[in-house]
Amino acid sequence: MSDATRHSAPRTSLYTLSPLTKRRNATEKRFKVYGLIAISIGILALLVLLTSIFSNGRSAFMQTYVTLDVLLPAEKLDKNGNRDIEEMKAVSTFGYAPLITNALISRLDEIGFATDLKKKEIGAIVSKEAAAQLRNFVLANPDSLDTTVTFEFLAGGRIDGYMKGRVDHESAALDNKVSPEQLDIVDALIETGSLEKRFNWAFLTAPDASGQRPEAAGLGVAFLGSLYMMVVVLFLALPVGVAASIYLEEFSKQSRLTDIIEVNISNLAAVPSIVYGILGLAIFINFAGLPQSAPIVGGLVLTLMTLPTIIISTRASLKSVPPSIRDAALGVGASKMQTVFHHVLPLAAPGILTGTIIGLAQALGETAPLLLIGMVAFVREYPAGPPEGFFDPASALPVQVYNWTQRADPAFVERASGAIIVLLIFLILMNAVAVLLRRRFERRW
Amino acid sequence: MNDMRFMERAVDTDEIKFSARGVQVYYGDTHAIKDVDVDIQSKTVTAFIGPSGCGKSTFLRCLNRMNDTIDICRVEGDIRLDGEDIYNQKVDPVQLRAKVGMVFQKPNPFPKSIFDNIAYGPRIHGLAASKAELDDIVEKSLRRGAIWDEVKDRLQAPGTGLSGGQQQRLCIARAIATEPEVLLMDEPCSALDPIATAQVEELIDELRTQYSVVIVTHSMQQAARVSQKTAFFHLGNLVEFGETGHIFTNPVDHRTESYITGRIG
Repeated sequence: MSDATRHSAPRTSLYTLSPLTKRRNATEKRFKVYGLIAISIGILALLVLLTSIFSNGRSAFMQTYVTLDVLLPAEKLDKNGNRDIEEMKAVSTFGYAPLITNALISRLDEIGFATDLKKKEIGAIVSKEAAAQLRNFVLANPDSLDTTVTFEFLAGGRIDGYMKGRVDHESAALDNKVSPEQLDIVDALIETGSLEKRFNWAFLTAPDASGQRPEAAGLGVAFLGSLYMMVVVLFLALPVGVAASIYLEEFSKQSRLTDIIEVNISNLAAVPSIVYGILGLAIFINFAGLPQSAPIVGGLVLTLMTLPTIIISTRASLKSVPPSIRDAALGVGASKMQTVFHHVLPLAAPGILTGTIIGLAQALGETAPLLLIGMVAFVREYPAGPPEGFFDPASALPVQVYNWTQRADPAFVERASGAIIVLLIFLILMNAVAVLLRRRFERRW
Repeated sequence: MNDMRFMERAVDTDEIKFSARGVQVYYGDTHAIKDVDVDIQSKTVTAFIGPSGCGKSTFLRCLNRMNDTIDICRVEGDIRLDGEDIYNQKVDPVQLRAKVGMVFQKPNPFPKSIFDNIAYGPRIHGLAASKAELDDIVEKSLRRGAIWDEVKDRLQAPGTGLSGGQQQRLCIARAIATEPEVLLMDEPCSALDPIATAQVEELIDELRTQYSVVIVTHSMQQAARVSQKTAFFHLGNLVEFGETGHIFTNPVDHRTESYITGRIG
């Protein structure tokens, strides 16, 4: 019967495409084009984002410095002449500022540059931070009084902007914080080598600075804060998460209770992070009485936030270990615990590590919950070394970005973008480690 | 192999290793094993045959309590190993499994070295006092698993890199490294080619001199070749149990006859 039907169909050539095949091929081609368009949009968006961040933030890694020889007159800085640090502390930064201005003026005399600007305006070329730098130096080295010491001071924010092309003579004429005459002085100083732009290590190490002196603001405190929080998250979330997943996946009997727990873990993973912030505020700060703005609280909140991610990925990688391995171990008389720890866990480890690192990266970039527990505060003091440092006020990298975008001075735009670059580099490094670990420990069975 | 060979092989002993009475197994609401009585003798190869889903593997897994790992599985009845009830409250299944080894359908070596595969059991049971003793156990087990000559030069190579037949013999060697009294084999040759199958069957025949072997198989020829006793399962019932020669030449039950002549299955 089937032979009969086969013969009755007209003979077709393989060289001509049937209408059905043509339609099918056309659909496939269209789908490929849609896919390519989707990917191009994604890549384009990423490129735009990265270019804007890098073009804005690159300049944050360079900073303008003024090199000056400053005379430190003892009669002004140590009036009693007994080099007592406590007495010398009575002289505030206002006492030091004129010394820097004088040094700058004598430098201008040296190079033969004449200006009719007032003393105060000449002094404004150097950052307000400079006086504090000078005072700290003198208090640390009282013997240097009555000598001339060479210093590298930060240039003011507007001067730095001039060096980076953000400010020019035209915009300076409209700006009440900088004048074209000051820029002329700057030009002269550049020519004689007293003022130059160089790599800005202070951006990575210095603490935050007030809105008046963007040139001095750095990521140091935020860096330490983020580091401390990551330590807390790693040491709490990893063991708790892995232990919980192993118990749920390998030991617990399937019951209504475990079903409820399972559903709720998935739900927790979807809870907006700011809710964790409120939870942390209510429990850790208001109820447990832990200090505000402290990395320990931030770390605890981020631990709560990261736990579901770690539990879900750990359970998934435990599940992906073939049951034949468990059978094999149980078959030779290994106990449940031995089976899990000798065989299942090593095979699941790459997946667990990847999940943990991705959870940590997520926690590192989290801002919202930290705002609620006070890590958004302006912190200039470095936290102490661990373990006391966990309880000292600190900031965090993403919060620092948020903080800087709030400030008025345009110089903070490059700071914020620079901080984003630093944050992105850390995230990329962490993800690279995750990929490497997965490649390194991946095993076939 | 000549199927007539089974006529020559007598059972060496009457000593009963396992005795099961009135065993019922339920998977949730499904009644998988219905009232099975069977005696398994020591130093004998006992084959379980039957169509797919008849419960032979399930029953095998009752003998070393591997079914405990399945949440919904429930076992009733009385299974005794050397007269001791293995489902007694006091029995730790881990201790039982050290006495009753198991080889699985799919070769499942640990993703570790060949040496570690064999050494794992002796290590966790504390069978070797020193490294030399452990080396000894590994060599002896691999020799008895008939794989020593093939792997002696690469003991540190991963066990997963061996061929399927070698992996299965490695698994058998691993199972006997812990000196079990009974060896359960769940379709050990289903993933192997005929040559590897022949090697494993030869091995089973040798193992009979020291162990009681229970083998589940889909292949009636295999049952006829390697076993002295055969049990035929059908839809959860033990239909017939007796000397292999009798089952294959003079089946009592019509279902057994239908199965071995190929009418059901």
